[in-house]
Amino acid sequence: MNILLQLAVLFGKLSLLAVGGANATVSEITRQVVDIRHWLTPAQFAQLYAISNAAPGPNVLISTIIGAHVAGIPGGIVATLAMVVPSCTLAVVVCRSFERHAAARWRRVVQAALLPITAGLVLAGAMVVARQSDTGWLTVAITLAVAGLTFRTKLHPLVLLGGGAVLGLLFL
Amino acid sequence: MGFFQAGILGFGGVLPMARRIVVDDRRWLTQTEFNELFSLCQSLPGANITNLTAALGMRHQGVTGAAAALAGLMAAPMVIIFVLSDLYGLYGTLPTVRHGLAGLAAAAAGLLLGTAGKIAMPVWKLPRNIAISALVLTMVLALHLSLPVTMLLLLPLSLYISWRRTP
Repeated sequence: MNILLQLAVLFGKLSLLAVGGANATVSEITRQVVDIRHWLTPAQFAQLYAISNAAPGPNVLISTIIGAHVAGIPGGIVATLAMVVPSCTLAVVVCRSFERHAAARWRRVVQAALLPITAGLVLAGAMVVARQSDTGWLTVAITLAVAGLTFRTKLHPLVLLGGGAVLGLLFL
Repeated sequence: MGFFQAGILGFGGVLPMARRIVVDDRRWLTQTEFNELFSLCQSLPGANITNLTAALGMRHQGVTGAAAALAGLMAAPMVIIFVLSDLYGLYGTLPTVRHGLAGLAAAAAGLLLGTAGKIAMPVWKLPRNIAISALVLTMVLALHLSLPVTMLLLLPLSLYISWRRTP
């Protein structure tokens, strides 16, 4: 299958499954692009994921950077559109068709149902990326420290990512 | 339309920034409307911010508005990503760069882990939610099930439980 078509199908499918945002799809993206299609090595995936995090913008940019790495700028555009358009179309339709009050209970039910799934998926994604990036004691320490600081403090993500990069430069 | 794009362009995905532009600066929505729209977008799949942007664009200018708003939101970050991806392709294997990237990747893993913790904390106050999250982890990490299959198995269960328990 043409590579652009593959990207479109892959991310188009994920778009509507991204409950709680793109972070919920990280483990599935890895499965597809690393384990099944072998487009990237585990280390490359972890690095591209990290770069897409460090760049400004919504975290659907993970699809952009993978598309771009695999098939250049057209790949990046196709992957991003595939990731964004289906979920946005749904959002537009739902926002137009539901009256505030009519939607109130429906929304609470769906939200309560999705939250534990999102929590599990994001945690699974985190484990997958940690397994890819943590190759020694220092990287494990960086991951744990950043996780703790993210959880406990309101430090800006860029500060934490920058800190990790500098430690890597100095000691790896 | 141009100014709509320009305004959206500024926020580059950072939610607090989006709120300030939409509510305080441009007055496209009141704070209550913004909250309503945001919580609706949160219960739908996809990134909150792209959903919100599309819904807002649609409300103002229909499909063109939604497309323009999304383009405004995504254009600059995408160009940056293209540049970074090129640089990665060119220099990603140099030893120094590789070490920096390894540290960056470890930090990004930590960021995601911390985010997972933040999401899970309030949710896991209920034992049934812990059980569902544990099922997700088992299916994804141990059984290597795909996301579509995992969702197909767990979403009906989770919806049923929350439908019974939500007043």
